[in-house]
Amino acid sequence: METVTSIKPLLAVLVSLAVTPILVSSRSPNVREAWTFVAAAAKFAIVISMLPVILTGTEIVYTVAEFLPGAAIRFRVDALGMLFAIVSSSLWIVTSAYSIGYMRGLNEHSQTRYFCFFALALSATIGVAFSANLLTLYLFYEMLSFATYPLVTHHQDQEARRSGRKYLFYIVGTSIGLVLPAMVIAYNLSGTLEFSSHGFLTGAGSKPLMSLLLILFIFGFAKAAIMPLHAWLPAAMVAPTPVSALLHAVAVVKVGVFSVVRVLTGVFGIDLLHSLNLGPFIALVASVTILMGSFIALSQNELKRLLAFSTIAQLSYIVLGVGLLSPKGITGGLIHIAMHAFGKITLFFCAGAIFVATGKKNISEMVGIGRRMPITMTAFFVASLSIIGMPPCGGFLSKWYLALGSLEAHQMPILLVLLLSSFLNAAYFMPIVYRAFFCGPQESMFESGVKEAPAFCVVPLVITAAVSIVLLFIPQPFYRLATMMVLKITGA
Amino acid sequence: MSQHYPVLLVTVPLLSAFLISISGWLNKRLCFPIAVAALASASFFSAGLLSKVIHKNVVLYRLGGWAPPWGIAYRVDYLNGLVLVVVSLVALINLISTYRSVEREFSEKLGAFYTLYVLFVTGLLGITVTGDAFNLYVLLEIASLTGYGLIAMGEEDRAPLASLNYVYMGTIGACFYLLGIGYLYIVTGSLNMADISAILPSLYQSRAVLSAFIICMVGVWLKMAFFPLHAWLPNAYTFAPSAASSLIAPLMTKVMVYVMLRLMLTVFTPDFVFSAIDINRSIVWLAVIAISMGAILALTARNLKKMLTYIIVAEVGYMVGGAWLGNRAGMTGAILHLVNDALMTLCVFLVVGNIVYRMKGHSFEDLRGLFRKMPFTMGAFAIGALSIIGVPPTCGFFSKWYLLWGGIQAGHYAFVAALLFSSLVNVVLFFRIFEIGYYESPTEAHGGGHSQGSIEEAPLSMLVPLYLVAVGLVVVGLYTGAIVNNVIRLAVPPGIV
Amino acid sequence: MTQLLSEILTKYNYWIYITLMMIGLYAMIAKNNLVKKIVGMNIFQTAIILFYVSIGSKKGGTIPIIKHDHGAASHVVHAAEYINPLPHVLMLTAIVVSVATLGVALALAIKIYHRYQSLEEDEILAQIREK
Repeated sequence: METVTSIKPLLAVLVSLAVTPILVSSRSPNVREAWTFVAAAAKFAIVISMLPVILTGTEIVYTVAEFLPGAAIRFRVDALGMLFAIVSSSLWIVTSAYSIGYMRGLNEHSQTRYFCFFALALSATIGVAFSANLLTLYLFYEMLSFATYPLVTHHQDQEARRSGRKYLFYIVGTSIGLVLPAMVIAYNLSGTLEFSSHGFLTGAGSKPLMSLLLILFIFGFAKAAIMPLHAWLPAAMVAPTPVSALLHAVAVVKVGVFSVVRVLTGVFGIDLLHSLNLGPFIALVASVTILMGSFIALSQNELKRLLAFSTIAQLSYIVLGVGLLSPKGITGGLIHIAMHAFGKITLFFCAGAIFVATGKKNISEMVGIGRRMPITMTAFFVASLSIIGMPPCGGFLSKWYLALGSLEAHQMPILLVLLLSSFLNAAYFMPIVYRAFFCGPQESMFESGVKEAPAFCVVPLVITAAVSIVLLFIPQPFYRLATMMVLKITGA
Repeated sequence: MSQHYPVLLVTVPLLSAFLISISGWLNKRLCFPIAVAALASASFFSAGLLSKVIHKNVVLYRLGGWAPPWGIAYRVDYLNGLVLVVVSLVALINLISTYRSVEREFSEKLGAFYTLYVLFVTGLLGITVTGDAFNLYVLLEIASLTGYGLIAMGEEDRAPLASLNYVYMGTIGACFYLLGIGYLYIVTGSLNMADISAILPSLYQSRAVLSAFIICMVGVWLKMAFFPLHAWLPNAYTFAPSAASSLIAPLMTKVMVYVMLRLMLTVFTPDFVFSAIDINRSIVWLAVIAISMGAILALTARNLKKMLTYIIVAEVGYMVGGAWLGNRAGMTGAILHLVNDALMTLCVFLVVGNIVYRMKGHSFEDLRGLFRKMPFTMGAFAIGALSIIGVPPTCGFFSKWYLLWGGIQAGHYAFVAALLFSSLVNVVLFFRIFEIGYYESPTEAHGGGHSQGSIEEAPLSMLVPLYLVAVGLVVVGLYTGAIVNNVIRLAVPPGIV
Repeated sequence: MTQLLSEILTKYNYWIYITLMMIGLYAMIAKNNLVKKIVGMNIFQTAIILFYVSIGSKKGGTIPIIKHDHGAASHVVHAAEYINPLPHVLMLTAIVVSVATLGVALALAIKIYHRYQSLEEDEILAQIREK
């Protein structure tokens, strides 16, 4: 594997960190938001500028500090990290626009703090994406936990306090209680923490010890919301919707899943998981979460909570894909990172737009809303198709690959899980859409006439919905990056 | 000139203390500049010594030209070179940072306060630099006596009683140390550490040596507040004036940990401590109890300063446990944590100083709505808290890493569990403070924390040093590799693997 | 029994210092009056000073002033004839320290008395609790 040294990954991380002092000091909201955009655009530009290099199969490395041999603060941009970085940095731009519409629309307090910690959270997300080893990953993982706390508890009321506690209890409790010891044990066994394409734990310990480590890692990264450590995600829905959208559909939860994927591929390695026969265990854990999440989502009335449970279920698709240990399955899992991100963020944006325009949070109160907010609800429809996995949306592609992967791995039960879950997804999304559009005028809970949310809210969600469709036909660069990664870790 | 650094390190502050005392009568405004000059030169000397140690070798200084073991020798190696830098810098930063609060609190007694302050630092520097076991005792008492005075000087009603209790315990601790040295003197006839260390190996089986070791250790543990010998610490540090507690809390216990390490590594040597006697696993168990109890007691505190003092008790357990694991990772962790904990404790106690300066109190009720009132102070507090919790890239994470690694290598899983438990408790402790500062507003007890309030930040002369320390926590964290490779790796004797 | 007795008698200096130490420790722990505690502390310190003094002395030894002339009067010096002066010298420092400690402790006791009008620990604690 060819590598080049470049400071770009560090810059990509620091660019949003660098604007926070400006955000704090600026008195005018316009200046503040302009700087947010500058930071978001700069971050995206830096990330994209590295793409051509990555596509040629080269990796970009930058070491900040080495504190132990094999344990440094180091960035390494590879295909997987690139995939994730593109998704999150591009969505930050969209979300910034949406945030302005939402926060101003609702006249929220403490907007400066909000934008500052948002920028910090994005720094941490890109940091996780570009981590070269477990130590760096852990560093940014923790930074993200603490940076998102003020966002989750933005309203500063008793409910936010409770949710904030729950959030910390799950996220920080598991990362200190499970991941930290697992990391030290792994370092003690192998003398390194550096991710490698075939893992660094091969031959380092017995099967029980490896299984223990696997459990510590999978459940330790509680941001991945694998059951039973998922309860923080619905609780965190007290946050303002743009936070839920970017952080709890894209950044935070994807960081969790990304960390799990990194550990499975870069720490254990597909070969080791194969030889220890741990794949089925991972697939089982993921399947349980997928089905349970979907079932619970069925019974939700609050739209954001429904989306939260849907997220819990969808995240495990990614883990499931890697757990299949087959090239097609892993490809499916990895592109699901992108597909789900665009789909789910659209859904959250829609939920927020509905709240800004009508003040409604519950699904039972949204009968006939399609006539009032046609653009929003059309986007909602498109995005839910993507989550269900139906053409013409990007979600179809990832689910297709996952299905192929389960055939490849000869795991028929997994195929059934996938089908059942898609059915359940349809069962909880379609009634919302149906009742939004197809109801008699007397049933409708809204006055006639179109009244959409502010343009800052609507334009972003139209863009993300459109991207969800486009991704089926032009899944680049995500498909290319995913296959490159699969090639690297399976050697096939 | 530079060959006299070891003695200048002690004599310059010592003589400055007298100068301050005199100028306290003549012109009060001179006290502070003299103190700054004294500690700045001490910092300069200790930095010079450390660089000398790194670039050349151990620095040996014979007082009055008398060769050891007859004369008193000052000896600077990798271990105390590092500690010297930490002690002098922490004292200097704290001195500058607390200028305003000292002036307000001790306007009549400026001379006395700064005399004691500089004498205290003299004592600590002397303890660290000396290579003579009895000399260490004398300097230890200088530091302790001035420490008692500093603690009792404040306005707090309970300060004198807390200080008196500290006097009892501190005296017993120092006496135990002196007694242990007496036993060593009986069997070796020497008081020079290097000399004792050379004579001892043939006497490792002697019961007198074993009792000397245990008595010394008990004395030192008393002085560093190793659970269950910690009872004096929480009250003494809580009721001390804030300028004194942010000096004593970071330094006194750390220097005593240094003394313990010096006794273990130089005087008795690891061969004796880890091989000839078989007690190290039990001591680590004591550390496990210390860490857990420190954490639990901290949970019961209803006062920010008291909570922090219990955290110190737990942190002492970290260092004692790490040192007694008997492997290189644990020992490295203990030494690194000594440095880091001094900085972390300084950071949070400076924050307490700022809060007391503005809010006139440090109980939980005084912290309501503080994020709005003092956002910058609380920002620094957050960094300090993250470091104590052990979140990378702050330095607290890296020392905890070494300690955990040492625990796993030694197979002492209870110690690992205790470290994780205390980290988690620290999360609870600090986020409880954050919640009070974030959700509750000063006027009403519950809800609605986002009512607009004006910013009443501490003066810039207190904020700048505070941020210097807070940023230092991250910088030291990033340079952990350099510190370990260039200093601590060489401070740990090669016998420990 | 006789063996034990002779053990005690031959090393009586150590037994005395241990007894004194325990008396001091007892006073510090059990006494209620702050001044009595301080006295106990002083006994504790003195015990250790006595211990040091006793280890320097020798049976039949004399003070270490060496009668040593030049020329014909010079003779060999037998170290065994002199008591060891070093521990005694060290104790000069220790006495100074103990006096200083006593001074600080008494000053604190005075300060406490001014504040609470009492030197009995339980009364002081009761006053603190009332607040």
